[in-house]
Amino acid sequence: MSFEEIKELIARKFGENAIAGEEHTGLQPALQIKPDIIAEVCMELRDNEQTYFDMLSCLSGVDYGVEENMFGVIYNLASIPNKTQLTLKVKKYHDRSREELPSFPTVSSVWRTADWHEREAYDLMGIWFDGHPDLRRILLPDDWEGYPLRKDYQVQEYYHGIKVN
Amino acid sequence: MKNIAPTRYEQLIAEAQSTEMILNIGPQHPSTHGVLRLEVITDGEIVREVIPHVGYLHRCFEKHAENLTYQQTIPFTDRMDYLASMNNSHAWVMGVERMLGIDKEIPKRIEYIRVLVCELNRIGSHLIALGTYGIDIGAFTPFLWCFRDREHIMNMLEWASGSRLLYNYIWVGGLFYDLPVGFEERCREFVNYFRPKMAELNELLTDNQIFISRTANVGVLPLDVAINYGCSGPMLRASGLKWDLRRVDEYSVYPEIEFDIPAGKGEMGTTGDCWDRFKVRIDEIEQSVHIIEQCLDRLQSDLKRTSDFDPRARLPKKIIPKAQDFYLRAESPRGELGYYFITDGKTEIPKRVKARAPSFHNLSVISEISRGVLIADLIAIIGSVDIVLGEVDR
Repeated sequence: MSFEEIKELIARKFGENAIAGEEHTGLQPALQIKPDIIAEVCMELRDNEQTYFDMLSCLSGVDYGVEENMFGVIYNLASIPNKTQLTLKVKKYHDRSREELPSFPTVSSVWRTADWHEREAYDLMGIWFDGHPDLRRILLPDDWEGYPLRKDYQVQEYYHGIKVN
Repeated sequence: MKNIAPTRYEQLIAEAQSTEMILNIGPQHPSTHGVLRLEVITDGEIVREVIPHVGYLHRCFEKHAENLTYQQTIPFTDRMDYLASMNNSHAWVMGVERMLGIDKEIPKRIEYIRVLVCELNRIGSHLIALGTYGIDIGAFTPFLWCFRDREHIMNMLEWASGSRLLYNYIWVGGLFYDLPVGFEERCREFVNYFRPKMAELNELLTDNQIFISRTANVGVLPLDVAINYGCSGPMLRASGLKWDLRRVDEYSVYPEIEFDIPAGKGEMGTTGDCWDRFKVRIDEIEQSVHIIEQCLDRLQSDLKRTSDFDPRARLPKKIIPKAQDFYLRAESPRGELGYYFITDGKTEIPKRVKARAPSFHNLSVISEISRGVLIADLIAIIGSVDIVLGEVDR
């Protein structure tokens, strides 16, 4: 299925509003999906026999910079039988308040591999995944302060009495 | 912070029965192949649950990549999967070249040298996987044999690049240096030497009845589980699917090269067991040798070295790809290695880079396939996954 056909399929199943935009700037086009329904869209793309994106290649959390205050998650899907690839994006405004993290629905029920990927995005980027069964830090120690890949990250001075920076 | 429900990890630990024991394996245990810590809930000898803890080797690859130019990041990619540095930097360089749109202009000789050194590195990496797997199971000799043969590869790659493990040899738009004079002949000698050695290794280990009883029907990974967990490379192929990105994506000069994709057939037990994963790596070495021979044929005939050949001639002065997102995947010895770039089109530094490391996904399936096995079999399963912690933790 081509990119346009996939777009139509999503619009047909989830309504025109499901697609928040699309990008054709680079070599790989990307579809921007409304954040609330990303898990359902992923499930449909996985189970639909025409698309059959049975593998989640990569999931990346992104901080779009201090001016925009946008956070996003990017899903790189791959279909093994059809040998196709697709990029999905979700984006959300967040004011960087410390009380609440930017949150997106989890896709770990669609692909189990998203489990560790989302933990990594939470760990390094501070993105919360609603409904994730095991959202703990994965690469950094449990009591690390802050989220290092954010653009406004300030490294803590001491960690357990060890000078960090 | 809106943390409410206890995580699965907290539940597992809280619900452990009084007859069960929580056992820590690692991070400094030889059979965990690096600094992997496993928290194992056991009932006697039987494993009830495995909880992997990673991150002990985290070196902030993605954070570093946000502050360095594309060319400066190549040595960092080498350090991710330190057993297959060539493959890592090859994937990175291909990604940058595609974004710049110069991937079609790279001279054939450079592409063939890249494939040659990548396949040499793939053999070296698989030899470590096979040798250390023998040690995990209790066979010491294959380990020494594998390291003896790998030493030849290390020496050759050192000759070409100047270092033994972390090469920084493949650059954006070219190579660090041309191959040294006499490399092709030396490489052919190695191939002739190495073929019979593989036959010996097969006699000693692959077809050894003790080894087969120890690995067949252990840690069976069904194909659907493998795909759902994002397993790739020998892990996925051992489960019976012929999926190799060198064929699927047809990058570099692989379309011109002839090779088979080995897959697990369940010859000794069930498809997708530890023996199949071992066997797939053995067969892949065979195929890599075949690829190396074809590369040498071309490098010694129509793509012969000429005195005016400069592998740095096409290095771009400034690497500024236009603003875009780009995901590139390539087949490393452990599976699908991917880089996700976000560029802004103004600077030489990427806005965000994410590395999709194959070992990270291959490791995540461990708790799924090792429920109910014996502790001794758990060691066999970890070994068969062939993780490199430098890549899991990045």
